[in-house]
Amino acid sequence: MLSFLSAALIPILVCFFLLYGTYKRVPVYETFTEGAKEGFSISVRIIPYLVAMMVAVGMFRASGAIDLLAEALKPFLVWAGIPADLLPLAITRSLSGSGARGIFAELAAAHGPDSPVTKTAAVMLGSSETTFYVLSVYFGAVGVTKFRHAVSAGIVADLAGVVIALIVSKLAFY
Amino acid sequence: MINYIWLFFIVSSVVISLFNNRIDDVFRAILSSCEQAVTISIGLIGIMAFWLGLMKIAEASGLLRVLAKALSPVIRFLFPDIPKNHPVQADITMNVSANALGLGNAATPFGIKAMEGLQELNQNDKKTASDAMCTFLTINTAGVQLIPVTAVAILASLKAENPTDIIVPTIITTLSALIIGVLFVKCLIKWRPEPAKRKGKS
Repeated sequence: MLSFLSAALIPILVCFFLLYGTYKRVPVYETFTEGAKEGFSISVRIIPYLVAMMVAVGMFRASGAIDLLAEALKPFLVWAGIPADLLPLAITRSLSGSGARGIFAELAAAHGPDSPVTKTAAVMLGSSETTFYVLSVYFGAVGVTKFRHAVSAGIVADLAGVVIALIVSKLAFY
Repeated sequence: MINYIWLFFIVSSVVISLFNNRIDDVFRAILSSCEQAVTISIGLIGIMAFWLGLMKIAEASGLLRVLAKALSPVIRFLFPDIPKNHPVQADITMNVSANALGLGNAATPFGIKAMEGLQELNQNDKKTASDAMCTFLTINTAGVQLIPVTAVAILASLKAENPTDIIVPTIITTLSALIIGVLFVKCLIKWRPEPAKRKGKS
């Protein structure tokens, strides 16, 4: 049902745009191609920003820094009653979407798909957006290099998401 | 700030990997990340062209203005700097709705369109983010999603008993994170407005 809805939504939306355009006497084909021309230049324009960000994140993940951080914070997490296995996911979810999905799959395999830890991880995964990817793509597309408050606000929202995911999951699944 | 974050990621990975004996992995990560970045960008061309084409039709037919008008009150509250009924309101709306519905690859073109609109309105030098841009990207990075399609799909593929259990907790989590993020960015903007406004004050 869900997948049907999200699959049907786009084609229906497309029809609606075209019909409304025609009704308003817009030459739809010409207008479409006119707008579509920009697709190439925008995609190419974001390459440098994406390379810069993805190399940094890729190196960071490969260096084992995240595991090290998880190890260092473990006593604190155990004290707070938080499963330490969740920490790599909590960090990675802001950095890399595919990385976060991979960690989640491992975690679910280790704990079983119905365990509270897996469900908590699923909430963390589902409520996340790869902040650094979004910032580099969107700012890169318009050539902004001074991100100002967007970085700290993004990080604060991510941290808040992790904490709230833990609290809500504790109430819902344990 | 982004300079330091970038520096931190790269220098700390090299230092840590030297201790970890993982410098080899880090080197390979450089190569594969570059390739991945280009694959993503090039892969974006088609879908980007498609949505930008459709948005042009929506713009020419006046559909975007209708949408902008309808959602004006919400947008005016979040983005007081955007002039009334400006078409960028519609781009922002389309981006947020596409994200909320989990249509990630449609959300990006709308978001970039919105950023271009915001850049036109940007009163600072064009390399500095405006207050509206910061608010917009905070909303985006909070990852508002009504149905966590990917997480539910992975749980379902692992044969979880009730994969949809996580939907309500996820919605509560994203919405709270969104509210906290927006309140936080609003405070930061109050505390330190964009350069163009600071000059006007003094």
